[in-house]
Amino acid sequence: MSAPTDLTAAQAVDALGRGELSAGELFAAYRERAAADDLNAFAWVADETPARGAVEGPLRGVPIAVKDLFCTEGVPSQAGSRILEGYRPPYTATAVERLLGAGATLLAKTNQDEFAMGSSNENCAFGPVLNPWSRECVPGGSSGGSAAAVAAGLAPWAIGTDTGGSNRQPAALCGIVGLKPTYGAVSRYGMIAFASSLDQAGPLTRDVTDAALLLRHMVGRDPCDSTSLAFPEEIATPTAERLDGIRLGVPEELSGEAEGIEPGVQEAFERTLRTAEELGATVETTRLRHAEHGLSAYYVLAPAEASSNLARYDGVRYGLRAGKANDLVSLYTRTRHEGFGPEVKRRIMLGTFALSSGYYDAYYARAQKVRTKIAQDFATAFERFDFIVTPTAPTVAFGLGTKVADPLAMYLNDYCTVPMSLAGLPAISIPNGLAVPPQGGQVGLPTGFQIAGPAFSENAILDAAHALEGAIGFDAGGGRA
Amino acid sequence: MSYEPVIGLEIHVQLATRTKMFCGCALTFGEPPNTRTCPVCLGLPGALPVANAAAIHFGLMIGEALGCRLAPRSIFHRKNYFYPDLPKGYQISQYDEPLCLGGQLGDVRIHRVHLEEDAAKLVHASSSGRIHESRASVVDFNRGGTPLAEMVSEPDLRSAEQAREWLTLRCAVTPTSRCAARAPPSWAPRPS
Amino acid sequence: MIDREQVLHVARLARLELDDQEVARMVGELSDVLDHIERIGELDLEGVAPTSHVVEVANALRQDEPRASLPPEVALGAAPEVEAQGFSVPSPQA
Repeated sequence: MSAPTDLTAAQAVDALGRGELSAGELFAAYRERAAADDLNAFAWVADETPARGAVEGPLRGVPIAVKDLFCTEGVPSQAGSRILEGYRPPYTATAVERLLGAGATLLAKTNQDEFAMGSSNENCAFGPVLNPWSRECVPGGSSGGSAAAVAAGLAPWAIGTDTGGSNRQPAALCGIVGLKPTYGAVSRYGMIAFASSLDQAGPLTRDVTDAALLLRHMVGRDPCDSTSLAFPEEIATPTAERLDGIRLGVPEELSGEAEGIEPGVQEAFERTLRTAEELGATVETTRLRHAEHGLSAYYVLAPAEASSNLARYDGVRYGLRAGKANDLVSLYTRTRHEGFGPEVKRRIMLGTFALSSGYYDAYYARAQKVRTKIAQDFATAFERFDFIVTPTAPTVAFGLGTKVADPLAMYLNDYCTVPMSLAGLPAISIPNGLAVPPQGGQVGLPTGFQIAGPAFSENAILDAAHALEGAIGFDAGGGRA
Repeated sequence: MSYEPVIGLEIHVQLATRTKMFCGCALTFGEPPNTRTCPVCLGLPGALPVANAAAIHFGLMIGEALGCRLAPRSIFHRKNYFYPDLPKGYQISQYDEPLCLGGQLGDVRIHRVHLEEDAAKLVHASSSGRIHESRASVVDFNRGGTPLAEMVSEPDLRSAEQAREWLTLRCAVTPTSRCAARAPPSWAPRPS
Repeated sequence: MIDREQVLHVARLARLELDDQEVARMVGELSDVLDHIERIGELDLEGVAPTSHVVEVANALRQDEPRASLPPEVALGAAPEVEAQGFSVPSPQA
């Protein structure tokens, strides 16, 4: 038998069920790997025995890595921020609670961009995470620690959060599967808020089957989250091997080199479209007329919500408090000066500006209308197509430090993922090949293929992704080296 | 030149629910500080509010009693400002879509009635007991998140005396509520 | 575009202390981003309803039933400064 850490999570569940493997043995094997992590993927790793979780239940004790953004009782939950350094919350997020209740064990908390703001994991107070395919490159973000850990085999699977692409983009850059569910499918209770109307938790896994298994135990209505919804059906194990009769729409606005997609990424995308046709799908180009404005709307709405959500970090009840503040205003301003990193400050400034008197209508109110148009574009497209497909990210993993000085260039990495977030739609990224970046390089780096569907079409998306995954036959070995 | 006072009142009516506006913490009085708090009313990272059905019911009953138009759709907004008694950095209140609009109480027209959460209690500590001499304050979140109905009158009152009379004699909403004016109970709706 | 005065004003609203270097950088970076964002000004959005939220969930309410509160030592457990079982802050009048 191969090493237990070579198994996918679903395979591990089966092996545990057959008694070929014990939960303690599996946990120990992963704990050892996690403790030796040299990618800086983890913010915290469990002691020898799992702090939380039981081996009872359908997940049979399979360990899980959890993004630092989720509150976990008694375990550091720092959102990648100095302002929450060492913070141990008195309660656990619903999504994590459900997984532990289903028999997952808490292996580690993963590093991330501070408060999930970033596309490279370089905005982490505890240092950048490295891409296991190439340590000079970023893993993507904001769920970069989760993605790198899964790609490198330091954890069987992980959960992350996706506000504008934070699961899908790092999944693409690390050669794994990342899913953003329909907004409302997974409870946000206990997930440290970035942009409340967009934030959604989801799985990061080695394959599509694992993504389905993990999602099955995350979804559902939570009385503690007023915007959570009952998922209309059980998340099934995907089995499709063909795409007969499936209609794929390729939006002109979100593909092609003219839209800033790297040639290697575009090539991999077109190759996957041909694979889809070979599996029986039809592929047609279409328009999402307002999608090109998605990024603009997103970078008004998400920072606006963030500026309000992050007002609570004031040095009074928890977290960092700046010393030597003799009055209230300097307690606030100095605590927030010391506690927040540059990107968080930038977004708070952007959001506060967009909501401020005199600018609200030109920015915030307008962005909300663009959001309506984008959702309408998708609704129209789904009258003709089962799925909208795009490259997940316009680029492969880029070099550490290459975009830090240019926030706008960094933001453009979310170009293809943000429209689905604004419309609240489910979308998955699956690895679909390797590409060498335009500036050259020794090795090919992973590219991602994004499949988006109507609200609550997760089962159909997972099935289509499963069929493509089988036909693509992506070799994830480069991340495990 | 003589001036005529033109007075409108904004009255905070505390609703007599068992729990807070957005969390399940019990509303009781005189408890030791910070014994009625939870992740929601402390504004902990990740916590989310869920509105109290009884508070909304009471708010609608007040609107009905005042002859207001009850909103077919009503939503909450965030009122953002920084203060230590406001744990989230914003108060959840209502802005352009309040629960009740219009209405009348005696000679005074009612502009609107909306729901919001109360702030926490700031206790100013100093040896002399004088606020302006105190260096530090402590925050007690027991009261934070108490449901309030804010009744806003039109500026129909013309003297302080008239305002006082209207407030104490006519504005008697309790015991759905504990009125800020401590008015005697005049009607007692029962939640159904 | 955003100028230095606006940056300082917004920083005050957001209760953020920025040093001189940060202010200078913020002026440049925010201007770049705002220039990009301002393209939505060209769209015809007459009569379009705003979307604040994609799911319309009505009446997601909670029954008025008390639940256990946190023990005070837990509520205060992460506080940087505690006094008299309360969260200590500089007096607003100080």
